[in-house]
Amino acid sequence: MSQTLDAPRTPVRPARKKGVNWEKWGWIYMRVSGVVLVVLIFGHLFMNLMVGDGVSAIDFAFVGGKWASPFWQWWDVAMLWLALIHGGNGMRTLVNDYARGPKLRAAFKVAILASVAILILLGTLVVFTFDPCPVGQPADLLPSFCAA
Amino acid sequence: MWSWVLHRITGVAIFFFLLVHILDTALVRVSPEAYNAVIGTYQTPIMGLGEVALVGAIVFHAFNGLRIILIDFWSKGTKYQKVMFYVVIALWVITMLGFTPRHLINVFSH
Repeated sequence: MSQTLDAPRTPVRPARKKGVNWEKWGWIYMRVSGVVLVVLIFGHLFMNLMVGDGVSAIDFAFVGGKWASPFWQWWDVAMLWLALIHGGNGMRTLVNDYARGPKLRAAFKVAILASVAILILLGTLVVFTFDPCPVGQPADLLPSFCAA
Repeated sequence: MWSWVLHRITGVAIFFFLLVHILDTALVRVSPEAYNAVIGTYQTPIMGLGEVALVGAIVFHAFNGLRIILIDFWSKGTKYQKVMFYVVIALWVITMLGFTPRHLINVFSH
């Protein structure tokens, strides 16, 4: 019986000595984006769930009214990018901790990266190509400023 | 340890909600009817209770995340990590006491 165990916390690969330390920048990113996201998400929840009639007031006209302003467009796009990358990096940490086997780990990481990349692209396009007053739609579903 | 476990569980839950939430919001680009139909499901009593759980997870993850930053960067952070965990729980209770009644009134009175 000469089987040995690695010491606890032995990394899968030894840390690189040269080049960019991506793990360190990932660690810093989680903290910096985390602080910003507390402000952005608490503001988002307050505006959409606490002001006025809250969730029951949300409809197309509500979103159209908000995204008529570049302020809320940029607020939501900043939230989109920061939160997806923060969440994707967090999920990567969990895969590193719990997924066994190089193929399974790689498959999970590809899936995470693809979801994050596709949703960042989709969300950014939606916010900036959004038309609050689409033609041929019933006026009672549109923001009130569309009638003017 | 429980703060660490809860941080992971709430993090995963928020991540999967975020994926769904971006997709449902993207429906504004399809048509007003499509968006209103899907957002209408967020306004039902069951989803209203789900939103309390979601906000609870977000508020915990936010406050505990700030605690992690203090543990990492504040010279006395490790010494007070346990006290700060109780502060996180207290702030969570206060925030949820402010949020939950108002949100449930919005959900159940419409």
